[in-house]
Amino acid sequence: MSAQTIVSLPDQSTAKMPKRHYINNEHGLLSWLLTGDHKRIAILYLISITFFFFIGGAFAGLIRLELLTPQSDLVAADTYNKFFTMHGIIMIFLFLVPSVPATLGNFLIPIMLGAKDLAFPKINLLSWYLYLAGGIFTLTALVLGGVDTGWTFTTPLSTHYLNTHVITTALGIFVAGFSSIFTGLNFIVTIHRMRCPGMTWFKMPLFVWSHYAASLLMVLGTPVLAIALVLVLLERLFGIGVFDPTKGGDPLLFQHLFWFYSHPAVYIMILPGMGVISEVIATFSRKRVFGYSAVAFSSVAIALFGFFVWEHHMFIMGVSNYSALVFSLLTMLVAVPSAIKVFNWSFTLQKGSITFETPMLYAFAFIGLFTIGGLTGVFLGALGMDIHLTETYFIVAHFHYVMVGGMLMAFLAGIHFWWPKMTGRMYPESLSKLSAVTSFIGFNLTFMPQFILGYLGMPRRYAAYPPEFQVLNVLSTAGATVLGVGFLLPLLYLGWSLKYGAIAGNNPWQATGLEWQIQSPPPTENFLETPIMDHEAYDYEWLANKTKHEVTTVG
Amino acid sequence: MGISPVLWQFLTNWLHGSALFPAEASSISPWVDALYFFLLLMTVFGVVLVGALLTFFSVRYRRERSPVATQVEGSTLLEATWTIIPLAIFLLVFVWGALLYFRIYNPPTNALNIYVVGKQWMWKAEHPGGQHEINALHVPMGKPVQLTMISQDVFHSFSIPDFRVKREVIPGRYSTVWFEATRPGTYHLFCTQYCGTQHSGMIGEVTVLTPVDYQKWLHESTSGMSLAQNGERLFASMGCNQCHSGTAAARGPNLAGVYGSKLTLTDGSQVLVTDAYLRDAILSPSQHVTAGFAPIMPTYQGQISEDGLIDLVEYIKGLQSNYRVQQTLVTSTSSDAAPKTPEPGTTTPEMVKP
Ligand code: HEM
Ligand SMILES: [Cu+2]
Repeated sequence: MSAQTIVSLPDQSTAKMPKRHYINNEHGLLSWLLTGDHKRIAILYLISITFFFFIGGAFAGLIRLELLTPQSDLVAADTYNKFFTMHGIIMIFLFLVPSVPATLGNFLIPIMLGAKDLAFPKINLLSWYLYLAGGIFTLTALVLGGVDTGWTFTTPLSTHYLNTHVITTALGIFVAGFSSIFTGLNFIVTIHRMRCPGMTWFKMPLFVWSHYAASLLMVLGTPVLAIALVLVLLERLFGIGVFDPTKGGDPLLFQHLFWFYSHPAVYIMILPGMGVISEVIATFSRKRVFGYSAVAFSSVAIALFGFFVWEHHMFIMGVSNYSALVFSLLTMLVAVPSAIKVFNWSFTLQKGSITFETPMLYAFAFIGLFTIGGLTGVFLGALGMDIHLTETYFIVAHFHYVMVGGMLMAFLAGIHFWWPKMTGRMYPESLSKLSAVTSFIGFNLTFMPQFILGYLGMPRRYAAYPPEFQVLNVLSTAGATVLGVGFLLPLLYLGWSLKYGAIAGNNPWQATGLEWQIQSPPPTENFLETPIMDHEAYDYEWLANKTKHEVTTVG
Repeated sequence: MGISPVLWQFLTNWLHGSALFPAEASSISPWVDALYFFLLLMTVFGVVLVGALLTFFSVRYRRERSPVATQVEGSTLLEATWTIIPLAIFLLVFVWGALLYFRIYNPPTNALNIYVVGKQWMWKAEHPGGQHEINALHVPMGKPVQLTMISQDVFHSFSIPDFRVKREVIPGRYSTVWFEATRPGTYHLFCTQYCGTQHSGMIGEVTVLTPVDYQKWLHESTSGMSLAQNGERLFASMGCNQCHSGTAAARGPNLAGVYGSKLTLTDGSQVLVTDAYLRDAILSPSQHVTAGFAPIMPTYQGQISEDGLIDLVEYIKGLQSNYRVQQTLVTSTSSDAAPKTPEPGTTTPEMVKP
């Protein structure tokens, strides 16, 4: 290892685990289950979200295994349908939507703002219970025999034609939705009301900005999903007929309601991830983020525009040609802020002093994959092109690039980045780098062939397919195996590091955020005295002076 | 674009032979592919640009070579550049895509109309001459074909990748798509909207025939009764002709010539009579009362299948003379040959499609 790396790795000779911190402050299971501490709630979320992620992942494996051959020979078609439904539902509602906000956001936002906790600690705990209840409902449906609506719950299929556990599942998502609403509310109020002295809006880290934007979406969008689900339930139970054309209802109404939530939902998923990337890139290039306010405003712009593009999921559904025109135009406009961000991140590196720790590798992977995901989104926003591509594997590839390549890579970047802060320990460096590289390669091998499959016309949600598509499917399954290894590795070595990892110290990455100025792991009250924010979010000169000062006082 | 036609030919032939691209089998395919190549180029360019930036900066400004970072605020000029250039490209893509969309979804007026009913889990195509086929569709080459589609149960979606067309098939409303096939052969027909257990079995084959072969096929597969003839029988057996007799004393409006006309309803509003209007008027008549008539027509909701509705609509369409040439040829000759309308009450129940 070069001398430079040592600068950013913890100095193990002096670093000690603090005596008292949020983890050992109280003991016993009950102290966790009844906690109001945002950091402990974040850990509760982290454990449960990881659990659901691997269940969702197991279904992904089963899906890919089935698609190894053109016939549906591993499982029957209806079982396959349940697989992709469970995979989709678990990954979207129980993993992607809460992932970064509920874990990292929960843990970090109060600390980054210099606050002792979120505005409503009890509501925060309640939202974890709601999440868990939603998850348990969904698992119950799974154990009872599964559900095969697809995660999009398309009516009238879901209301009239399926005899699986639609009600249980929809209830689960309904309940989990409230968890998301409460989290969003909590964040918004906290960001408005709990900033420490000196923490002006434009001194906030971009991580907080992106969560602010995502929270707006959670609070405004999720109720619409809740309404759509309630209507599905009422229609299923009592046949009220809002979506049923034979009763004067409109089946497209469901599509409008569903996508009015679910399109903004992709921004709920990706915005917090973008926040992580901003932090990581700034830290490991030791630079303020290029065009801080452009990045902050583009988050808000994405959030607002995000509400006006839902119809681009319905271009082929017989919407009027002219409304399609409007929504296509708006879709193109919403692509611009994302492009802005990619360039801002890239130019943050310029004139920096860059090191390549694991979070940085994941951040690079994010930028690459998100760029591909974003640009292929432009294909789908272009009306005439969408006709051919929608409902094929091109869609599957596109949203995996954005959500898995984007969000999941950001999540892993963030987990590695703040792991020392959350646990007080480092993870093994070379294994973690290996996992970043493995998942990047595995990811591309899995989903690149799916773009081609999509243009060839292979429809999504097919248990069996024409034999000429097999080669590309085999490639994709091979990639998924590699990717699976890339995801399992962190589970193992992060677990290992909890006990055996090197002691991290307060600020192993020499980062500027307030969270790095306190001990690792933090004490329950975060700050022993109210901090004053006397520098900008990414002020490395301030940090250098401060460190010098500390060194001289110690010496 | 400034690419020579020969090179373009060579390029597309090579690509389509390489199994990475679907066949170009309709008149719209080359247009869609052109946009696709442009978008592909845009993506490759974007990814290479970002990749190059990341690599260059990573090498140039790695800690070893650049121990201390130089703080930069930002740059309005740079930011304006990377806002305006992507915006311009995306707007170009928008216009291009929109032009294509209007082309793909606006059928020419001389198109040959074929009806398609989607149901769990099959595609049923009905040709005006009465030929029925399941999970198969025969179309003539070099002639615009319009599909008027409806679903009997859930959402389905009708997709022919080699033609680059697709359209959702929706319960309760007609949707249309058109294409002009350019190469004889057989092509995949998929249902692309998840529709339940056998979704991936809801596939079929589109066979493109030369006009001569198509005529041959039409004759060989005829069931002897055109859609309009079926419709006429249904019209009688459901009792429609009791009121819509076309005489002065009739309790319902005369239906001859009604298709394509503007109708005034009792509430004063004007509607254009289309396939969808006729279907609605049969299923929920109380919402479509023609001015001057009493709301006495019963609803036929649940009594006529989508196939039956198509037959009725086709029959009513044919009750006029200025209808599209193609339709007129097919339906007028066959309705000349249609049997006399049976007396009410004498029809056998089998004649009413469930
Ligand atoms: C090894 C990793 C993964 C593989 C191999 C994989 C594979 C697949 C495949 C093949 C489908 C399409 C199923 C179909 O349309 O027939 C699918 C759908 C989906 N995947 Fe994944 N996936 C992986 C990871 C993920 C992750 C990590 C997430 C989210 C965090 C995710 C979210 C989704 C969603 C939301 C759907 C849509 C389900 C639906 O069509 O209803 N996937 N996945
Ligand atoms: Cu279908």
